[in-house]
Amino acid sequence: MIIPHPLLGPRDAQEFTYLGDASLLNRPDWQAENADAAFYDYQYLRNNPAGVHRELWFHEQGDRSWLIVTRNTVTHEILGAELAVDVARDMSTKTETGV
Amino acid sequence: MRYSAFRILKEALSGHKGWTPAWRDPEPQASYDYVIVGGGGHGLATAHYLSKVFGKARIAVLEKGWIGGGNVGRNTTIVRSNYLLPGNEAFYELSMKLWEGLEQDLNYNAMVSQRGIMNLIHTDGQRDAYRRRGNSMILHGSDAELLTAKQVRKEAPFLNFDNARFPIKGALVHRRGGTVRHDAVAWGYARSADQHGVDIIQNCEVTGFRIENGAIKGVETSRGFIGATKVGVSVAGSSGKVMSYADMRLPIESHVLQAFVSEGLKPIIPGVITFGAGHFYVSQSDKGGLVFGGDIDGYNSYAQRGNLPVVEDVCEGGMALMPMIGRARLLRMWGGIMDMSMDGSPIIDKTSVDGLYFNGGWCYGGFKATPASGYVFAHLLAKDVPHETAAAMRFDRFEKGLVIDEKGVGAQPNLH
Repeated sequence: MIIPHPLLGPRDAQEFTYLGDASLLNRPDWQAENADAAFYDYQYLRNNPAGVHRELWFHEQGDRSWLIVTRNTVTHEILGAELAVDVARDMSTKTETGV
Repeated sequence: MRYSAFRILKEALSGHKGWTPAWRDPEPQASYDYVIVGGGGHGLATAHYLSKVFGKARIAVLEKGWIGGGNVGRNTTIVRSNYLLPGNEAFYELSMKLWEGLEQDLNYNAMVSQRGIMNLIHTDGQRDAYRRRGNSMILHGSDAELLTAKQVRKEAPFLNFDNARFPIKGALVHRRGGTVRHDAVAWGYARSADQHGVDIIQNCEVTGFRIENGAIKGVETSRGFIGATKVGVSVAGSSGKVMSYADMRLPIESHVLQAFVSEGLKPIIPGVITFGAGHFYVSQSDKGGLVFGGDIDGYNSYAQRGNLPVVEDVCEGGMALMPMIGRARLLRMWGGIMDMSMDGSPIIDKTSVDGLYFNGGWCYGGFKATPASGYVFAHLLAKDVPHETAAAMRFDRFEKGLVIDEKGVGAQPNLH
């Protein structure tokens, strides 16, 4: 598989290590009332789709950035890649502004 | 029809005209008491024990493809009872005992061959860990033996004992482990279940569940609705997909694992040899092919095929362990979809829906568990209480912090 790195261009997937579903970016609030249930959900449960999957890959043998790769789990076709830090920043801006 | 030497002789003298199909090909009935989703090894074993041991009737097994076409026909045929943790080992020892009596139970030659399995040791730390594991195995009624390097050399002289990174210092041997002809397991269970009145319905994909007031009423399939009082789901790599029809998210990711077979060679490898440090294991089939494999590819996949980097990694492991393997040609390789659970151990439990039961999370170790998995799942379906050897394999163990993590790597399925 070739991952289209947003900064470095096409890179072999072998340079990366795989973490899992991109939902791992949404770490629950540890002070919330239901934190134990939310962390159980976060830590253990997965959608595990047969089809399009957004997932975290770490460019360990490269620039050591985290990417969110969109990939089809049935065909292994890679549909896109973005920097996880950009996605996380968008998410926190939305949370702060209440959007 | 009962198989026997006398039967073969009789058929040989009468032109082999008396053989009948090993199982019927029935049309699905409108409803059943028990519907097993998934006609793999585990589903067929469940149907066999449910009908034969627990005396239940009106049972159907629904299979989306054909019997023996999934992981039961895609594994590397190894059976073993060499686990460490209390929640696991009693279960795998039950499985080993069932393997030992399987052929008589099924009246089917499954080529159960207890040729032994050898886990190689390369460091003092590893020897300590294997000694502990061996003691745990013996305490659970299994067998284990610690070998010195000299003893290993006697049994497998072709290994590279002086590898600079991983010199071989000994091994843990489990003599009752070995291999079983995997297709025969599927066929033997299917035939026996059929003889006990189970309807095996192939080319029948489950596409949804009918759930009313929190209780299961039946399954929607590609061949129409089939009513059911109890539904047991046993679909391995497709667990996430099938359970999503009941709006359930599981502590499971689906990953691809590859396996390999070389051309047929004269007998050279005495049993199963595992090289954990190099992510490689090998045995030799009765046809002579070297059957080997390594780690999962490491990313979510439903593709039933892997990628080349793991092929290279596995072959490097093979070359490091036994350099002579470089002279053999690779004949075939393939992939299967593993239901990798969050702690590397299976789940056999009720669900939040009344009458809906789940059996999955087998990771890459489902084949050896086939008889016990079927037995304890049938026990759960028939009696609504878990079998004593599977009492720890519950859904809520993650929430309660009671995980059964053999490797101790945490909730990271691609590391198990």
